[in-house]
Amino acid sequence: MTVAAVSPPAVASPAVGKRARRARRTELILLLLGMLVVAGYLAAVEANLLDQVTPDFWVPAGILAVVYLAMHMVVRLRAAYADPVILPAVATLNGLGVTFLRRLDLGKAKAGDRADYPILSGEGGKQLLWTAIAVGLAAALLWFLRDHRTISRYAWTLGFVGIILMMLPAVLPARFSEVNEAKLWIKFGSFSIQPGEFAKLMLASFFAYYLVRKREVLALASRRVLGIDFPRGRDLGPVLVVWLLSLLVLIFEKDLGTALLYFGMFIVMVYIATERVSWLIIGLVLFFGGAVLAYVLGGAIGGPFANFYDRANIWLDPFSGDRAYNEGYQLVQSLLGLGTGGLFGTGPGAGSPSQVPEVRNDFIFAGMGEEIGLFGLTALLVLYLLIVVRGIRAALGVRDSFGKLLAGGLAFTLGLQVFVIVGGVSRLIPLTGQTTPFLSAGGSSLMANWLLIAILLRISDNARAPLGAPGGMIRPPVAAAPPARPPVGTAAVPAGSVRPAPPNRPAAAAPAGPSVPPAPDVPAGPTQPVGPQPLNPTAEQPTVRTPGNDVAAADVSDDDDHDSGPDDSALDDEALGGEAPPTEKIDVNAPAPKENS
Amino acid sequence: MPEFVLAAARFGFLVLLWIFVFTVVGVIRRDLFAGARASRLVAAPRGVGAAAAGQSRPAKVKKGRAAHQLVVTAGALAGTRLTLGEAQITIGRAEDSTLVITDDYASARHARLVPRNGQWYIEDLGSTNGTYLDRTKVSGPTPVPLGVPIRIGRTALELRP
Repeated sequence: MTVAAVSPPAVASPAVGKRARRARRTELILLLLGMLVVAGYLAAVEANLLDQVTPDFWVPAGILAVVYLAMHMVVRLRAAYADPVILPAVATLNGLGVTFLRRLDLGKAKAGDRADYPILSGEGGKQLLWTAIAVGLAAALLWFLRDHRTISRYAWTLGFVGIILMMLPAVLPARFSEVNEAKLWIKFGSFSIQPGEFAKLMLASFFAYYLVRKREVLALASRRVLGIDFPRGRDLGPVLVVWLLSLLVLIFEKDLGTALLYFGMFIVMVYIATERVSWLIIGLVLFFGGAVLAYVLGGAIGGPFANFYDRANIWLDPFSGDRAYNEGYQLVQSLLGLGTGGLFGTGPGAGSPSQVPEVRNDFIFAGMGEEIGLFGLTALLVLYLLIVVRGIRAALGVRDSFGKLLAGGLAFTLGLQVFVIVGGVSRLIPLTGQTTPFLSAGGSSLMANWLLIAILLRISDNARAPLGAPGGMIRPPVAAAPPARPPVGTAAVPAGSVRPAPPNRPAAAAPAGPSVPPAPDVPAGPTQPVGPQPLNPTAEQPTVRTPGNDVAAADVSDDDDHDSGPDDSALDDEALGGEAPPTEKIDVNAPAPKENS
Repeated sequence: MPEFVLAAARFGFLVLLWIFVFTVVGVIRRDLFAGARASRLVAAPRGVGAAAAGQSRPAKVKKGRAAHQLVVTAGALAGTRLTLGEAQITIGRAEDSTLVITDDYASARHARLVPRNGQWYIEDLGSTNGTYLDRTKVSGPTPVPLGVPIRIGRTALELRP
């Protein structure tokens, strides 16, 4: 074996690259397959609505494919190891949503105009543009956010802004914020955004940061009651605050769904952080208690609780009296649509989804259900499930607590949102005005959810990248070491050629030599550097010997290791790889500076 | 359009959709089994009890088998796996550690694992509470056999083939 053949990077990087390349190839194939599904949907819609399939039926799918391929390229460049499944699944859902909105436009247009209905007009065209913008934002986030741990540096700011965004619609006058009786919006003229969608991301980041700090206290200090560990009263504080906040949302924004979303997100993140089932129990009790209380109060005194009371009554019995024609009309139409669809649906374009009010956003699931049936809806739900599963997989794989909590919380929130809206549409829970992620018309929801996906991709890239990979973001102090090796190894000269002050090197080796239990075939020490072993002990020694450096670096970030963000670590990197002076602190056993524990 | 074409479009789309779903599931399945193959030799133990049982394991493991994975068997990060490469692994609470452990009994730069001739060495970086290889305190770079728990605070780690 020649020395050059063993040089580690030469061996490591092709294997490393192969894994990333395979993942990206899979992603590309899945993306194209997903766009094929979208094109199939478009063709079926035209066959039913136009009685013919126009030669350029595929154009929306083509435009979407271009947008997604651009995103795919960004993933290739900036997150080469990211999960190959998330992007295609999301892209397909989003594409089907765009197509369904276009189908609604075609249905509204006169029969004669349908064949040459412009692609970029109507709800479908708007959604297509929003998709492009949302994917662009996600790509930008993925491009500039090289390490998800950066987010934790802005956690307090994000949490603060998140709460403001969440509460803003509640305090604004109704004419700026109310759409369909739910005060979830901020309207500027004809333009309106739903700040809650973005608040979701910000609050998740803040919760993750907060819980990483508090997990020990929340997990350990507990009293055992009935075989379940309950936390101490004072640790319940933040949970109660979030609970109150979400109740306020429920009351003033008249929106049970958003309240459930925030509260569920927080409880599940506490659960992930502490692994205590008691938090789930506490959360469920608090939420159901709050909901029942709101219902009772709504029945008794009305006022701010009246809206929730009405919705709950519609949910309990939408068909009673003439409710089906009044306040329960939406839900009843949605149920009728789902029922008409049956198992296989009427076929894309063959139903009449426009019977359902608000079919383009809140009720899109019911509208699609009429045409693609239970089989189609199940496929969509499985796709959501797979996205959530891959998000949680990324959370399991990533190596830092903040990333775990963030990915777990975001993935769960996505799943919970789907549950809340699909449950509402199918009358499993009271109906609330949530958007269906990636399907519903609306820019805010699309942008926020695509940003969420970008964060999940970033974290999954981190989780799946092998250690020390050039593309991955794990840049431990070691990352500087491998590049230092090959010149030493190939030249088989003393390390002095790379490191300054060679005389110190052998001296450094001598005391530590005995403390290193000699590996079977390592020559005694670096004193005779031209050892026959290609393993270049000289090159290895620095890696083993640098503890002095490490300790020094630890000193730097020791006092503020709680807040040491990636920028600190970058500093450490430089401190380590940059000069690497032959330190005096050579004995590994030497008492190192005390670190806090 | 003839009726059968519409029917074909209706069911064809559903079939296409499900083909996509199953392709995605297939990819995920391959992903899962790829991970399982790498760790088939040792079932994943969980918790401290299982980690303690690792004492008898080194005898069973063939000598010279290279470690490919580092598995956290106890502590807050239990279940986490790292695929080992050529680079050393730093362990500690500092955010830039390769393995960031949130453990009150761990130091910012607690210990590190260094590969050398295919053998991994654990080395304590002057931590406050020390690093233990199974029951013995690590004082210098010590070779780590497969399956023997490295204990850092409440966290236990093992090398796996």
